[in-house]
Amino acid sequence: MNIYAVQTIYRTEMKRFFRTITQSLISPVLSTSLYFIVFGAAIGSRIDEVEGVSYGAFIVPGLIMLSVMTQATSNASFGIYFPKFIGTIYELLSAPVNFLEIVLGYVGAAATKAMFIGVIILITAFFFVDLNIAHPIAMVAFLVMTCLSFSLLGFIIGIWAGNFEQLQLIPLLVITPLVFLGGSFYSISMLPGIWQTIAMFNPVVYLISGFRWAFFGTADVSIGISLAAIALFTGACMAAIWWIFRTGWRIRQ
Amino acid sequence: MSSIISIKNLRKAYPGGFEALKGVNLEIEQGEILALLGPNGAGKTTLISTVCGITVPTDGSITVGGFDTIKDYRATRDLIGLVPQEINLEPFETVFSSVSFSRGLFGKPRDDAYINRILDQLSLGDKQDSKIMALSGGMKRRVLIAKALSHEPRVLFLDEPTAGVDVELRKDMWDIVAGLKADGVTIILTTHYIEEAEAIADRVGVINGGEILLVQDKSELMAQMGQKQLQIAISDPVDEIPDALSAYALERSEDGLSLTYTYDTTGERTGITTLLNDLAAAGLVMTDLQTKQSSLEDIFVGLVKETT
Repeated sequence: MNIYAVQTIYRTEMKRFFRTITQSLISPVLSTSLYFIVFGAAIGSRIDEVEGVSYGAFIVPGLIMLSVMTQATSNASFGIYFPKFIGTIYELLSAPVNFLEIVLGYVGAAATKAMFIGVIILITAFFFVDLNIAHPIAMVAFLVMTCLSFSLLGFIIGIWAGNFEQLQLIPLLVITPLVFLGGSFYSISMLPGIWQTIAMFNPVVYLISGFRWAFFGTADVSIGISLAAIALFTGACMAAIWWIFRTGWRIRQ
Repeated sequence: MSSIISIKNLRKAYPGGFEALKGVNLEIEQGEILALLGPNGAGKTTLISTVCGITVPTDGSITVGGFDTIKDYRATRDLIGLVPQEINLEPFETVFSSVSFSRGLFGKPRDDAYINRILDQLSLGDKQDSKIMALSGGMKRRVLIAKALSHEPRVLFLDEPTAGVDVELRKDMWDIVAGLKADGVTIILTTHYIEEAEAIADRVGVINGGEILLVQDKSELMAQMGQKQLQIAISDPVDEIPDALSAYALERSEDGLSLTYTYDTTGERTGITTLLNDLAAAGLVMTDLQTKQSSLEDIFVGLVKETT
């Protein structure tokens, strides 16, 4: 194990995060605060409660998930796409590192950044609403798993992307809609009949539901299914990355 | 001399069917400077990329320091430093952190003193905290070399190190290369500047169309293939070469004031003494003599032409 390489990649990526600290932290905090003001305070004041929880509190897990998923994906995809774009990837390919070490460095850093942002949003939320976290350990576990799996997904996107447009494509056209429609701001049970069934095909529903269960003890789907869903998703991403490095797809001819 | 790199029957075909390397065999000796000469698209960069692990070979084998580049990739890559042709650097990093990053990536513990020493050697000492985007093109090339040397490699690949570099910097590069050789580093450089190979290489390999056409000791190559020419200026123009001198196959210049004699420096006798005697005997008065040696360039152009 080339532990120095893992550390080096991880540190360099984290340094980039702190170099652009304003963009990295302030903007998610600001946009989350806006969500709280608009959905929590303005509109939320007209909604009594959802599943026994005040609406302002109800949207907290969804908001965290929304930011964490998009940030993990975009950080990880940019992290590996940027060396490809500027050509410094040659160094990674000619260094005595294996795929596991590269993934640990880049995905580890992206997941850490997303984790940071998730925690900051959670802290921000305490300023706006009363929150009691029912299952703190499960909450942390879900957060870590989500950061990790979406960073893995981002890494795959970064390797696949041939230009900046493609880099934005999946986060913008797939992840954001799935998260919005995945029950970030509402309970799936609030949807009319057929849409409830359709929503079940959205993998993000299981993640948000599980995360919300960790906060409030209530969920759209059972926690076991949520856990299985995130494990399956993480496993699928890992398998895809293993295949990418085995075949050298898009990186090593 | 023992080989540090041994390339056997190396083939590389790209998915489109293009064969960049068609069975390359090459032994690179420990501590030498080998110049790989070839026109654009000859396969120089593909060859280097394959040894370094950036490109996967279609067939054949490569060993570096006795290790297989695929099975024991950690051991081989540990020995190799690569300076790429393109200036590929992260613009927002500082010089020091960029070089330090390379060292870590190659599995070496942080060693600021060593990095500082390399930067000083490459005259980058006062630029270590500068952002890379603020450097000139020549300075960026030095950073690339510093990065390649950061993990103390035993073999250094320089892919066209002086392409687009001004004369002064080119001389600096040559000095740097000479210094590395003195430290025992094996250096393989690709170039299409023949003068570069002529100036610094111990051996010269010529590659074209994915094949190594020849690899030879530079001076041997030049001696073996190099012909010399003797230009003789005479005081009065001659209309034709006297019969007595026909054995020398002299070439007469347009104005008849100059004769050119071509001879082989490796031959037992060059025939110069008898020629000069015979010239005098034929009544020609010589005003000047000049010899000219064919350069690697002539040899190279000749070889590449033959194969195309």
